[in-house]
Amino acid sequence: MAKKLKHIDDVTIRFAGDSGDGMQLTGDRFTSATAIIGNDLSTLPDFPAEIRAPAGSLSGVSAFQLHFSSHEIFSPGDNPDVLIAMNPAALKVHFDELARGGTIIINTASFTPKNLKLAKYDTNPLEDDTLKDFVVYPIDMSRLVKYVCEDMNISPKMVERTKNMFALGVLYWMFNRPMDTTIKWLKEKFAKKPEIVEANTRALNAGFNYGSTARIFTTNYKVNAAKLRPGTYRNISGNYATSLGLLAAAVKSGLPLFYGSYPITPATDILHYLAEFRNFRVKTFQAEDEIAGVTSAIGAAFAGSLAATGTSGPGLALKGEALGLAVITELPLVIVNVQRGGPSTGLPTKTEQADLFQAIYGRNGEAPIPVISARSPGDCFYAAFEAAQVALKYMTPVILLTDGYVGNGSEPWIIPNIDELPEIKPNFFKPGDGREYLPYGRDEESLSREWAVPGTPGLEHRIGGLEKEDGSGAVSNDPDNHHKMVTLRAQKIANVVNDVTPCRVIGEQSGEVLMLSWGSTRGAARAALQKLLKEGKSVSHLNLRWINPLPADLGEILGRFKKILIPEINLGQLAQIIRARYLIEPYQLNLVRGRPFLTSDIINAVDKLIG
Amino acid sequence: MEKNIKVPTKQLTRMDFTSDQTVKWCPGCGDYSVLAQVQRVMPDLGIPKENFVIVSGIGCSSRFPYYMNTYGFHGIHGRASAIATGMKLSNPDLSIWIVTGDGDSLSIGGNHFIHLLRRNIDVNMLLFNNRIYGLTKGQYSPTSPLGKVTKSTPMGSLDHPFNPPALALGAHASFVARTIDKEPKHMQEMIRRSHQHHGTSFLEIYQNCLIFNDGEFASYTDKEVKHDNVLVLEHGQPMIFGKNRDKGIHLAGNRPRVVNIGSEGQWTVNDLLVHDEKDWIIASILSHFTYREDLPTPVGVFYAVQQTVYEDLLLDQCQQAVELKGAGDLHELMNSGDTWIVK
Repeated sequence: MAKKLKHIDDVTIRFAGDSGDGMQLTGDRFTSATAIIGNDLSTLPDFPAEIRAPAGSLSGVSAFQLHFSSHEIFSPGDNPDVLIAMNPAALKVHFDELARGGTIIINTASFTPKNLKLAKYDTNPLEDDTLKDFVVYPIDMSRLVKYVCEDMNISPKMVERTKNMFALGVLYWMFNRPMDTTIKWLKEKFAKKPEIVEANTRALNAGFNYGSTARIFTTNYKVNAAKLRPGTYRNISGNYATSLGLLAAAVKSGLPLFYGSYPITPATDILHYLAEFRNFRVKTFQAEDEIAGVTSAIGAAFAGSLAATGTSGPGLALKGEALGLAVITELPLVIVNVQRGGPSTGLPTKTEQADLFQAIYGRNGEAPIPVISARSPGDCFYAAFEAAQVALKYMTPVILLTDGYVGNGSEPWIIPNIDELPEIKPNFFKPGDGREYLPYGRDEESLSREWAVPGTPGLEHRIGGLEKEDGSGAVSNDPDNHHKMVTLRAQKIANVVNDVTPCRVIGEQSGEVLMLSWGSTRGAARAALQKLLKEGKSVSHLNLRWINPLPADLGEILGRFKKILIPEINLGQLAQIIRARYLIEPYQLNLVRGRPFLTSDIINAVDKLIG
Repeated sequence: MEKNIKVPTKQLTRMDFTSDQTVKWCPGCGDYSVLAQVQRVMPDLGIPKENFVIVSGIGCSSRFPYYMNTYGFHGIHGRASAIATGMKLSNPDLSIWIVTGDGDSLSIGGNHFIHLLRRNIDVNMLLFNNRIYGLTKGQYSPTSPLGKVTKSTPMGSLDHPFNPPALALGAHASFVARTIDKEPKHMQEMIRRSHQHHGTSFLEIYQNCLIFNDGEFASYTDKEVKHDNVLVLEHGQPMIFGKNRDKGIHLAGNRPRVVNIGSEGQWTVNDLLVHDEKDWIIASILSHFTYREDLPTPVGVFYAVQQTVYEDLLLDQCQQAVELKGAGDLHELMNSGDTWIVK
């Protein structure tokens, strides 16, 4: 039977299975193949906090969502068009979100009475009418991979584990993806285990061939390359982009990079990536705890490194006191907070934006710190670079807020030309030009103090957590001096506004509704904007990058719109800051579910405002 | 990677290490002695002044950096070890001296203390042990003996004290020593030995707090009795002490005890334990003399061995990575992996 090829523009796929089924890996491979074709894409990994929850259980389901398109996209998609369910629990957990009439590819081998019971199915959904409104492809993947590997001398367990590659092969056929990058990847990943490469390659090919020959499949799809900006692209995750951004800042400033950190989900990958950069003489230090992570970085900053530390919410709480030390010693330091669901241990593997107040206010005393946020995985590179620029120019700690979604998510990214990135000039005191070194002497414009690094003759000085005398930096308990220093530190951070780029409003520059987002919520908001503008609605969008200080032109821009809608994954933290600062009453959209907004969430909220 | 060995361009003196800040410890505090000995020893260590960094945490002792005319960093409570770690990894050429106390390093900073020691980062730690919290005005500390009556423990403290040398040895310290504030010559020698050791040097300094814990170490410092209560350790020498040098340490099985040596007794020098700085078991036995009424308190170097040093290994890894992958090239790194061109 001849098969049909159909062109479509936009697909959202969700891979779902047991924690041990390799869904993240499968999703990553599909993403790579999709990126190479030139589709625009956005991903959302979604995995449980447990490494291996009980097999077959609802809590053990791990998923990976990928949205790809022939046009520019901003979010990982709302309701998947295609669901790959490797077991009953995966079907149960994700079924409700599947688009009506969508496609479900099922590994029937796992639909055993035991697994059905674990997934809380009373009857087998493959046999009742649960799936009647969907296009279902039931495939006994476990049996098929057994066939293709039967002449190989490997364990049945190993064979069973190749079923994710079979599923991937089916999807490669269905969406016309090239398989060579995956095969190359298998060869590199399992270089020392050729039998694993062979078994997985066979399973992958078998899946592809199954799609092209089995009668149940009648149609496959082509999604053309998107018209993206010209350039050399790679697919990049947020945490990798953050690592590259820090490294680029080190290279551009001529400083060695020191990264002190304690493993914490979802920030740990930054430590992993930077540890690979030893040939750049990057010094990563896995500290004994969060406090040692940040204080070792403060020590490294004093000694002349570009110092950084990375963590997630609970870790930022532990670092709070030390951040005050970095504020009063006025040392350059980048703190990356890959936000996750809180409070306390909360939802370790899920995303949230509820650390904004913690980042801006979470210290004793008047301890202002600039706060920058990243809007997408690739943007983490620029946000990290900019954080380091400001830290070095103003001699201050800077907090970079990303989150689990942008940190683990990925997108195609134009690789920047290193030569076009700005040079960073650390604010070193230069001995020998006749001036006396004053540890707390300041640049008149920026109010930044000058950096003098141990090992430099003649600049010996002492700094620390006690209040400083203006200029000399000697310990001072003088009341007026304290007031002066508190004011100077606040003014210095306020001055960062001079390095904050003006706001960019997408859509009409004035009108009915302005969606004001920050950080990763930009994705869903921009996707909503696209749809709303198509419907002819008067709506615009502005995404904030710097939240402390806020851009100088923000107040004036807010005044040009009748209604301001602030969607954020917390209970209204930015809204409260905006309300206090500009004395306006914004509308809030707050959904704190441990996942990014759906585009439809935002569209519905705007529709309500416009009426 | 080779270190940049720098030497001072002129002979340094004590004055070079004295800052313009008024020292604000209580009159008669043992801290004055430590400051004086450090300022006496440092000029002769062959290190340029600009390469010294004094790092401290919080507490009376931690004001130390302000009184030294070197680079200095006064950190936050308990974190001096972690701050110093970052400094040393950032610039291994620096000679870093952590000044800390029993509260700072054994209570709030206990975690950093043990991890510094096991990593064996080449820094020196001077732990001022006065067995009391001074700066918060007299609460018991983690080295105060059980039952210590203070303002926060009016009926006596309830927790067993830490034994600093035993704790350090348990954390794989490569250098453990003790000295006393009132023994300047001995302290100078111990400071020198700390400096000479490659790896973390842990020097416990018994230090009298005149205000809140006066006399805590009187039995080791009062002229009349100190010789009977202090055992001065010397590598390769039998453990002899006493005003008339007529007492020694004999090991019966694995139990140390004091024996009288001399003409009338049954014991001779040959029956005594001989100190060996490289023997962890001996160091461990000696560390447990602490708090014992029936044994003298050892001072001197308990233990000193060469172990791999964290930052040496780190630099080696950087070098290996360069040899393996070539010196880092950012353009190449960013363009590695699967890439594609959009025209």
